[in-house]
Amino acid sequence: MRILTIARNTYRENIRDKILYNLILFGLLMTLSSVALGQLTLGHEDKVIVDLGLASMSVFGTLIAVFIGISLVYKELEKRTVYALLSKPVHRREFILGKYLGLLFTLLINVMIMTAGLWLTLLFHRGVGFDSYLRLLPAVYLIYLSLALTTALALVFSTFSTPALSALFTLFLWIIGHFNTDLLEFGKLTNSTPIRWVTTALYYALPNISNFTSLDSRSVIPHAGYYQPIDPRAVGWISVYALLYAGVLLAIAITIFSRRDFK
Amino acid sequence: MSVIEIEDLTKDFRVGFWRKRPVRALDQLSLSVERGEVFGFVGPNGAGKTTTLKLLMHLLHPTSGSARILGEPVDSVSVRSRIGYLPENPYFYDHLTAEEFLSYLGSLFGIRQPALRRKVSALLERVGLAESHNLQLRKFSKGMVQRIGVAQAIINDPEVVFLDEPMSGLDPLGRREVRDVIVSLKARGVTVFFSSHILPDVEVLCDRVAILNKGTLREVGALHEILKVRIEGHEIILVGPVLEMSDSLRPMCDELRLMGDRLHLRVQTSSQVEKILSYAVAHGAELLSVNPIRASLEDYFFSEVTHQSRLLVSD
Repeated sequence: MRILTIARNTYRENIRDKILYNLILFGLLMTLSSVALGQLTLGHEDKVIVDLGLASMSVFGTLIAVFIGISLVYKELEKRTVYALLSKPVHRREFILGKYLGLLFTLLINVMIMTAGLWLTLLFHRGVGFDSYLRLLPAVYLIYLSLALTTALALVFSTFSTPALSALFTLFLWIIGHFNTDLLEFGKLTNSTPIRWVTTALYYALPNISNFTSLDSRSVIPHAGYYQPIDPRAVGWISVYALLYAGVLLAIAITIFSRRDFK
Repeated sequence: MSVIEIEDLTKDFRVGFWRKRPVRALDQLSLSVERGEVFGFVGPNGAGKTTTLKLLMHLLHPTSGSARILGEPVDSVSVRSRIGYLPENPYFYDHLTAEEFLSYLGSLFGIRQPALRRKVSALLERVGLAESHNLQLRKFSKGMVQRIGVAQAIINDPEVVFLDEPMSGLDPLGRREVRDVIVSLKARGVTVFFSSHILPDVEVLCDRVAILNKGTLREVGALHEILKVRIEGHEIILVGPVLEMSDSLRPMCDELRLMGDRLHLRVQTSSQVEKILSYAVAHGAELLSVNPIRASLEDYFFSEVTHQSRLLVSD
């Protein structure tokens, strides 16, 4: 119950934060602009709308996860609001989990708003069938999982670092996470065993963000030629990966936070 | 059983670029506080008062030693449902209103609606913030923040309350209100442990006092015990033919003042008191009072702190 209480308060704080609205607005504008950009393609406007819409959701969702996530704990420490909170019957782990859940819920609302924006854009375009609206949902779900993972990452850094460094580290790892597979391939191409070991270790240690962007317009819009059906088992495995990885990150965040002195 | 037991509590902070150099903020503090006491914790800046309170709230991990509150170790989460805490210079959530803030913290104790709503209203009334219940905390003045801080510290009807500089930033009216809250808590049998720079308030409110300086406990005990040690003399007040007696009495005392029809004499020793009284009675004067001159807590505090500073300098 205490975790949910902290989560509820975190959500309330987040929705009163102006940065959230700015980022959501930019995300929606990006989605709307895809209608104009789609005119540049020949008969593939729907593909552009879906890809750009999902990309906006991913990018702006990540920015929200990072900019709010990095200050989740830092702000409480800086403003010393954590003193009043932790003097109540609250475990430090409940504090971390509550903060995390609160931001997850904020991100869920954000993703729902942006999904609604994408649907409206597609509706305006009138170029896709009803089934494509439903096929968007797995893609949106995977993006949401990537945001959950990014939030956990930001939360870890927030427990011991300043907002600037936390943002830097989180965004750096998020970007590297898109090239995880390339890193592994690079290691295989070299003749050096130590380099191969390092790249393999990094492949498993770093978050594999490219997993979560594997569903795009090819799976949403079943045009002949480049349709890629959604594999439910793949979505299931990616979900397990996200759960485990986020779980490890939260365990690290809880461990660091539990050992901290609040001077 | 004491409600607060502190045994050899020590805290070192690691400073320096590699955080290798330890700085001792608290050195083997041992004391206990009994149920229902108002216990004052005084000392200059950097004495270790806030460090002690944070160790008791488990916001800091001790380097060594231990502490217990209500028989439970301070890192026990369950004991925190029976205590309250006001941090020094509190700062609370900007975007929450006073009502939302107290409801949030109250719900962490498992207090549910509608009892929570009633409790929050009553608390806001008690600390004089009923009219500001819907105002966001970022619009609160320092005094108002202090008062909401006191409210959140007592929302769970605690058995022990820890207040770190509760009068800080308050005007005389605000200080009076906080003093009244402390008095009412004592009347309910709540144990109050508070640190303060405002020594006259400590003197008025506290049953016992501990004086801390540079991380070390200098003195602890009942106020009248501590200050008894520092009786600096006696004041004798005489009435009668005082004008005629004043020249004769002057050599027998340290200080003599004629105030209207009364003669005020200040002496240091008991033998001086006897001599003056014998002379005065023999010459027709009437004794109005003989009172010991005690140092105030402030005088005692300053003499202790400056004495320690001089010892350190000579070392």
